[in-house]
Formats: sequence, structure tokens, C-alpha cells
Amino acid sequence: MVLPAVGASLLLAGCTFEQSALHPAGRDAQELSGLTWFMFAGAVVVWAIVMGVTVYAVLGRKRRRTERFADLFILGGGVAFPTVGLAILLVYGLSLLPNWTSAQAPGLRVHVQAEQYWWRFAYELPDGSRVETANELHLPNDVTAEFVLTSTDVIHSFWIPALGGKMDLIPGRTNLLRLTPTKAGTYRGVCAEFCGPSHTFMAFPVVVHDADGYASWLAAEQAPATSGSELFAASGCAACHTIRGVAETGKVGPDLTHFGRRSTIGAATLVNTRENLLAWLADPQRIKPGAAMPGFASLPETDRAAIADYLMGLK
Amino acid sequence: MSDDKVEELAQLERTWARPTGWRYWSDVNNSTVGLWYIATAFAFMLFAGALALIIRLQLAVPENNLVSAETYNQVFTLHGTVMMFLFAVPIFEAVAILILPAMLGARDLPFPRLSAFGFWCFLIGGVFVSSSIFFGQAPDAGWFMYPPLSTEQSGIGADVWLLGLTFIEVASIAAAVELIVGVLKCRAPGMHINLTPLYGWYVLIVGAMILFAFPPLIAGDLLFELERLLDWPFFDVTRGGDPILWQHLFWIFGHPEVYIIFLPAIALLAMIVPTFAQRPIAGYSWIVLSALGTGFLSFGLWVHHMFTTGLPSISLGFFSAASEAVAIPTGIQIFAFIATVMLGTVIRSVPMLYCLGALAIFIVGGLTGVMVAVAPFDFQAHDTYVIVAHLHYVLIGGMLFPVMAGVQYYYPFAMGKTLSRNLGIWSFWLMFFGFNVAFLPMHLTGLLGMPRRVFTYGADMGWSWLNLVSTIGAFVFAAGFLVFAWDCVRPKRQQPYVKRNVWNAGTLEWASPVPAPSYGMRSVPTIGSRYPLWDDKDLLPTLDEGRGLLADAREGKRETLVTSVLDARPIQVLRVGAPTWLPMIAAVGLGALFIFSTYKLWWPTAAGGVVFLVAVLRWLWTGAAVIPEKETKDAGGGLELPLYVSGVRSTGWWAMFITMTGDLTAFLSLIFGYFFFWTVHPEFPPIGIDGPGWVWPMVSAAFALGAWGATVAARELNAADRVPLARLALVGGLVSAVLSGAALVAGPVTTGLDPTTNSYPAIVWALVVWIVLHLATGMLMQGYCLARSIYGKMTPRYDADIRNVALYWHFMGFSALLTSLVIGGFPLLA
Repeated sequence: MVLPAVGASLLLAGCTFEQSALHPAGRDAQELSGLTWFMFAGAVVVWAIVMGVTVYAVLGRKRRRTERFADLFILGGGVAFPTVGLAILLVYGLSLLPNWTSAQAPGLRVHVQAEQYWWRFAYELPDGSRVETANELHLPNDVTAEFVLTSTDVIHSFWIPALGGKMDLIPGRTNLLRLTPTKAGTYRGVCAEFCGPSHTFMAFPVVVHDADGYASWLAAEQAPATSGSELFAASGCAACHTIRGVAETGKVGPDLTHFGRRSTIGAATLVNTRENLLAWLADPQRIKPGAAMPGFASLPETDRAAIADYLMGLK
Repeated sequence: MSDDKVEELAQLERTWARPTGWRYWSDVNNSTVGLWYIATAFAFMLFAGALALIIRLQLAVPENNLVSAETYNQVFTLHGTVMMFLFAVPIFEAVAILILPAMLGARDLPFPRLSAFGFWCFLIGGVFVSSSIFFGQAPDAGWFMYPPLSTEQSGIGADVWLLGLTFIEVASIAAAVELIVGVLKCRAPGMHINLTPLYGWYVLIVGAMILFAFPPLIAGDLLFELERLLDWPFFDVTRGGDPILWQHLFWIFGHPEVYIIFLPAIALLAMIVPTFAQRPIAGYSWIVLSALGTGFLSFGLWVHHMFTTGLPSISLGFFSAASEAVAIPTGIQIFAFIATVMLGTVIRSVPMLYCLGALAIFIVGGLTGVMVAVAPFDFQAHDTYVIVAHLHYVLIGGMLFPVMAGVQYYYPFAMGKTLSRNLGIWSFWLMFFGFNVAFLPMHLTGLLGMPRRVFTYGADMGWSWLNLVSTIGAFVFAAGFLVFAWDCVRPKRQQPYVKRNVWNAGTLEWASPVPAPSYGMRSVPTIGSRYPLWDDKDLLPTLDEGRGLLADAREGKRETLVTSVLDARPIQVLRVGAPTWLPMIAAVGLGALFIFSTYKLWWPTAAGGVVFLVAVLRWLWTGAAVIPEKETKDAGGGLELPLYVSGVRSTGWWAMFITMTGDLTAFLSLIFGYFFFWTVHPEFPPIGIDGPGWVWPMVSAAFALGAWGATVAARELNAADRVPLARLALVGGLVSAVLSGAALVAGPVTTGLDPTTNSYPAIVWALVVWIVLHLATGMLMQGYCLARSIYGKMTPRYDADIRNVALYWHFMGFSALLTSLVIGGFPLLA
């Protein structure tokens, strides 16, 4: 597996591998990628041994062998060999199971609610209040973050391969997942459980900051928006979207308070540029089938442009 | 040959003659139905393979828009569904129906009409499910159909999936019953259970697994359809349901299913390897034990499909270890094959080439299986292309290649001609190479973060080259399969028939002359070894000269020998069904019932039900437990065997027992559902909802016990020659069953239990509906016995009907009692 991986990496030079389990940037992912390479190497060895024996059995010189030899061979190969191998693997593998009950309290708690097809994130502050945002996750480096995972519609799965394993978000249940980033940078999380027509378009950027960077991001995110827009309310946007400090009644869609600071539109469906935003406002269904947001092609083009400019300005 | 031997041969040929012209389709003989079954399964496989190529084309390049997301979702759902339910499982049944009787030395399986019925169900249901995609109405929530996506947001496709597949599962269970009874009761005399060919053992084990694995899915389907049709909220969390219940029921079926697919394919290797090693299999007992062990263990692993649903660590550890443990029996089987090859001389042949390819591929799948069974690794690998790669390595290496080895090996048995060696080698290498090019890179694609079931991906993700390579490999793979398919269907009129026992195999199925006559062997031999063709040089002459058993068909009836379960002593000459349209008509009726109910067309649905019922009753009335014209028959060699037996020695009793074991499993799955809701809710039954009370359920239980007792009494009275009293007991049982059903319904009705409000009343009602339907079936059976008695078709001597019905009522009485205790008694304790 190493050779193809190296070969592929050469072919794929220029790609960023933001969503790769083999390019770990978190504690769990690091351990699991070690486990992965260990197991793949072991698998290659076992495969080579078994196939070597088989080819030898078929092509090799025939000697007289007894039934007793056959029994020993079957028990040795079928019982002793796998029992030892699997015991080693289980001891190593299961030692990586999370053990959160005895672990310390997490350094940060983020409430994640998955909806078709986007992510509602709420950062829990020390006083218990929450800062709402959506579709972009920011984390401090070297701090264990606990994710409280829920869903309101169908089953989704929360997965940031570069940081660690995945966990399902299931209606009616609350699941917990802890991840500890170890390397600042930008990664990509994604929904891993098939959830409908736009399952493909349900991702989110993950930005891991150093401590200062995270603190200033959170402070900025916590602040209400500085400017309002009459068009935003008049066109119906506010019915679904909250912009804190401006329009706080819409709860159906993603919070847009600091939309201009985000790098993507529609849960990592498009890069956040003015053209993309205009296309999105006109016809989100074409870009993301099954998305709940209606198209606003009926609005005058100038109004759409003004709304786009307003949203892009929400830094 | 003496004159009477010539006459015997003519009798056999006349009696077992294949119907000609359009009546050909009324045939029920295993050698005909087996071929239809195999051809149909491969046709569905080609269809699902074409769907796979659409998937690969769509993913060949990033940001492709060859198909829309909606179409893509239907394509991958149908690909998985068709491959699993219309190819992988049915091909086992198909091959077994074709080769098992000859292997065991039987003329046919004990219930040929049931095989034919199963085939027609499979064909009708399969065409219905497959064709849905041409109307854009295919299921689209993935082949495991997780609610709430599938219950609340899917269109008619979800109903197509549920009802179409439930219909096909009926066919699977029919085949399982047929095959289990076949292995247990239709082995040639002397073929003790420890002399049974390994294939027979595998069929037995897999048949039993089907009985315990499919019913939980059928129970799940029932709950699912009740939610979609009547809004009973089993999986809706807002009303106390839980989507995880479906996952448990699905995977309690779904994981054993992998082994239901894998073991019969391994069974083919167990027949092929000794032939080409020219020696008996090494470690026969080890193989049987480990196949049993695999079967058992496979029922304890289902949770490894649910590692990311938020289970406690202790469950993760337990199910990880259990999942790893299954590698041990699997390893034993593989090493036994290698040992056989080591001990023998190896003949290089196309079937052996496929066996080696199967091993090379399957071991990769097995090793990645060991990896994903380690829960922490699964946290990364789950729902990614690692899993896609893993499951295809398991299924292609563990099922497709062995089955193709089997086709290469058994083609001369079925057709009397060989396949082309050159084409076989070409198709092997194209498929082997293409498969690995397609699927090996997917391990990497998955670890680089590509989730499964995405219809496209960004160019910057680093998956583009890998996907393109996979697509190219998939097309090479498909080309290889087409070469194989062409080799199978190309005209072979010029090609001479092969010589008898073309591979010099040791097992009985190769004893038939070429081309094989429809009656199978000229006469039934007595067996004394696992490889009679190698060990008994007198066998073939004895057979051919008609010196074995059952060498004639003097009465013009199709007959096969029934022997005892363990030591295969002959105990009966069983008369089996001749060609008839009834199985096809019954299947059409049942198909109409399922298909029209999908579209909620209730009148045609009811009409389908009536056709089904009438056809089945007529089939039983004219074809089952027929009183013979004489007590015994000379089976040859002075052996006088009864023509009619009843009770535990008869095949019918075993069929009823096996069917009801499966039925009981489905019922217990519903009971599991009841207690599952109890475990997930702090208050169960929920506060403020009155249960059915305890009075009516207990009254119902009392009447159910009464009906049960009356049926058993009728059996005993009939046997004691007190026919009028027996009839009276049957009438009493009927009345008691009606009252039991009425009382059971009265419970939830009087307390106003509304099944749409909460999962608790819904599961109570589901149990009530289950029992009422079974009581109705039980009443039908009591009435049937009454009619048989009145019309003189059931007498104190010939009492198979009442014995089988009494057996049904043992299960019925138990289920009714348990239901009353659970719905009436449990709320008192909770």
C-alpha cells in the first residue's frame, strides 16, 4: 500500500488533502493513521504468505504427505496463526477506543445540529450561553473539543478525517465526539451518512487556529452585525435567516451574522465569491438539489446584487 | 438388456418426460427450474452490472453531470439491492436446486412445485423491482434503507423496495425449506450424515441461516410498511419511535446475509478442489465444524455495521472481538482447501484458475474485514470508499469468482458440453485484472476522505486520478464478464457431448449419463463412501443396469426415495409433483397482491390474494398427502417401502417445522421490537397511554389454548379411529380460534389504543395484527382438515394433514400465549 500511496501522491501533487485521514492534523487521526499503516503492512504480509503457500501447493514439487500433516497444517494456518495475529491486533486496536468518562472535562464544547444539508454550530461559552454560527468550524489547536451531535430530520454523520473518526447524528439521540487538533491549518469536514439528494454537498471548512487566533475569531463571531439592510428583510430573507443585531427571528436557515468572513456558500458547496453568491441567490436548487432555500430569480437583479453586497460585507 | 429392463427405462422416460411446446413453462422438475433460476439470476446480475457502469462513468471525472443526483441515488440503491437480493442470494438457491438432487442420489427435491413457485415469485418480484428505475420510481435511500430518510422522504420507491423484496424473500424461504428437507431426507441409502458431500452440509447450514436471518428483515419490513402506509410511528422519534430499531433488525439480517452468500460459494470450492487435486478433501470434519461455527458467529456480529451510532465502548469492544473471531473458522476452511491441494496432484484447469483467483481476491477482502472490525479504524473507514472496496473484495472473491468456477465446473453436468478453455482463460484474466484495477485504488480513495454515495466530487480533493483508474478497471472487468457470458450462451450444436464424468470427479452427481436424462440416474445406488465414484468400481454398472433401488416407474408416478435423517435408511417412496401451472398461477396471484398494494390499488390487490389462495388450496388438495392406491411399493431388491408416511418421518412435517421456525423468528423479532422500545424509553409504556389491559389478552390466551388443545385432540381422536369426534374437535377449535382473535382485538379497542399516536400502541397493534393473521391461517388449516376428512382424503391411517396442522398450532399456541403475556402482562410489571 505504501508504493501506490507514494505513486498517487506524486500524481496528485498540488492537491491539498484537506479531507484525508492519511494526512492527520489531530491526535485521534494521528493514532488511527498509525494503526492504518500498521494494519495495511500486516495485511500485505499475511496475504503474501497465504498466497505464497497456495501457489507452492499448486506448483511446488509433490512430496508424500500424510493426513496428520494436513490436520496440523489446517490447525496451524486456520487456528493458531489467526488467533495470535488477531489477539495482537485487538490489543493494539481497542486500546485506541475513546475513554471519555475518566478523561478530563473538554476544553471546549460545540453543539452541532445537522440539517438537510447544512450544519448548525453553537459554541458553548463558560457562562453557558452559546454563540451561534453555521457551516464553518473554528477550533483552537491542542485543545480537546467536545461535539454534542444531534439531528432534526434524518441521520447524518459528522466526520473531519484530518482530526479523527466520525460519529452519527441521529434524530432523537444525542451523541458525543471529542477531537483534539494538533496542527493549525484549514481542513474539511463532511457528512458521511447518506442523507438525501444533496448529501454530496454537505461539508464544512474546519479552521484550526493557535490560541490567540481562536480567541480573536470567537470574539468577532460573538459580536452582533454592525450594519442592517432593508432589502434583506423586505425580500423575505429574514424569515429564515438570523443576522444577530439586525434580524433575529428567522431560525430555519443558517445564521448569517458574519457571512462575509466565511470561505464557502451553502455548506462548502461553492467558494464564497460575489458571482457564486449571485448564482446561489437566483437558483440554489440548481446548484444544490433538495436544498430548502427557495430561489430569488424573481427579485430585480439590482436587488439581488445589493443583498449579495450586503452579505459579503458582514465581516 | 432384458425386456423388463427396457420396459422400466421406458416407464422412467415417460413419467419424467419434460413437457414440450408452451407447456414447457409448466415444468417443475429441478433440472429445468434450476436452469431457469440460474439464467434469471445472471440476467439480474448483468442489469445491476450495467447500473454499476453508470456509477463508474459518473465518477470518472470530477464535477461530472452525466446523471443527476436523484438518478444517481436510484442507480446505486438499485445496484446494491439487485446484486444482493436478486443475484447473490438467489444464485445459491438456483445452483443448489440444479445440482443437489443428483449429488445426493435423489430423482428430484421433495417439493418440486415449491421450487417452481419460488422461481416464479423471484422472477416476477425481480422484474418489478428492477423495472422501477425506468419509471424513475426506484428506491433511492441506499440498499439498507435507513429511516427516517426512507420512511419520511422517499417516494413510491421505498414501497417498491419493501413490498418487492418481501415478496422475493418468500421465494428465498421457500427454497430454504426445500433444500433443508432435501439434504436431511432425500440422501441416497447409506449416505450417513458424515458421508454427505460438503456441498450438502453447506446447503443445510445456509438454509438454516436463511430461516433465522430473513425473518427479522421481514418483521422490519412489516413495521416499515405499517409506518409508511398507516402512519404507525415505529421509527419516528417525535412519537416515541426510534430509527435505530430498523438498523438492528436490518443488520441482524444483513450480516448473516454476507455469510449466506459466502458459504454456498465456498461450498462449490469444496467440490471443485478435491476433483482437481484427485483426492478426498482434507479435514472434512474441520470444514463442517467451521462452517457451522461461521454460521453461528455470523449472528453475533451485526453491530459492527453500527459502530458510529454512538454505542458504549464495551459494546464496541465486544463486537470488535466477535467480528475478528469469525476469521478463525474462515481460515480453517481456506487452509483445508490448500492442504487438499498440497496432498494431491494438481490438474490445471479453468475452474481451478477461478478458484485461485477467488482466493487471491477474497483474502484481501477478509483482511480488510479484519481491519474494519477494529472499531477505532472503522470510525475513519465507515461510510467511505474503504468500505466499498472491502465489500466488493469480499463479494467478488467470496461469491462471484467461486460461482463462476462452479459454472465452469458444472456446465458439462447441466449441458453436456464444456465451455471453451481459451475463452475461460481470457475472461478470467480480464476480470481478475479489471477488478483489481477498479477496486484496489478505492482503499486509498476512501482514506483520502471520499465518502460513499456521493454523486460527484471536487477536482481539488485529490481523488480524480484514482476514480478514473477505477472506472477504467470497471470496464475491463465488465468486458471479462461479457466474454464469460458469451461463452455460456454461444451456440454449441457442432460441439460433441463430453464423455461421462468429464473431470473424473468422485461425487455422485457425475454418475449421470451425458446428456443427462430428466429422471436423473437410472436407479438409486447405495452409498458407502464420500467419493463413491472413486471408491466403488461397481457403482456405475449397478446403476446403469438398473440394479439399484427405484429402477422403475410402474405406476407412472414420479417417485424419489426418502431416507432417515442421520443414517439414511430408506423409509418411504415419496411421490413428487408432476408438471402443473398451479405454482405459476399462485406466484402471479401473490405477485399481484404485493405489486398492486404498492400502488394502493386495493381491489386488484384483493383479487391477487384470492387467486393465490385458490391456487394454493387447489395445489394442496390435489397434490399433497394424496392417499396412494396401495400401501407399499417394491423399491427393488425386495425392499418394500410405504408410499405414505405421516408425522415426524414425513417430508411434509419437516417442511412445516422448518417454515414455522422461520415464522417464529419473525414473531420474536417483533417481540424484540417491543422490548427495544422499553429499553430506549425511561417510561414504557408511556405515562398517559392505557395499554390493552390484562383481561382481554388473558381471555384471548385462554381461547388460543383451547383452539390449540382442540387441534391436538382432533389429531389423537382421528388416529384413534373416532372420526366424528375428531371433526367435532376441529369445529370447536375453529370457534375457539375466532373467539381468541376477537378477544385479542377487543383489548386495545376497548381502551382506545390509537396506533398512530405513539410507538407503544403501534407495536401492541403490530403484535395483535400478527397473531390475528396467524389465527386466520390456523383456522384455514383446521377447516382444510375438516374438509379433507369429510371428503375421505384424510383418514385415521392417512393423517398427514392433521399432523402437520397440529404442528402449526404448537407454534401458533405459543405465539398467541406469549403475545398475551407481553401486551397484557408486561405493563403490570413495568
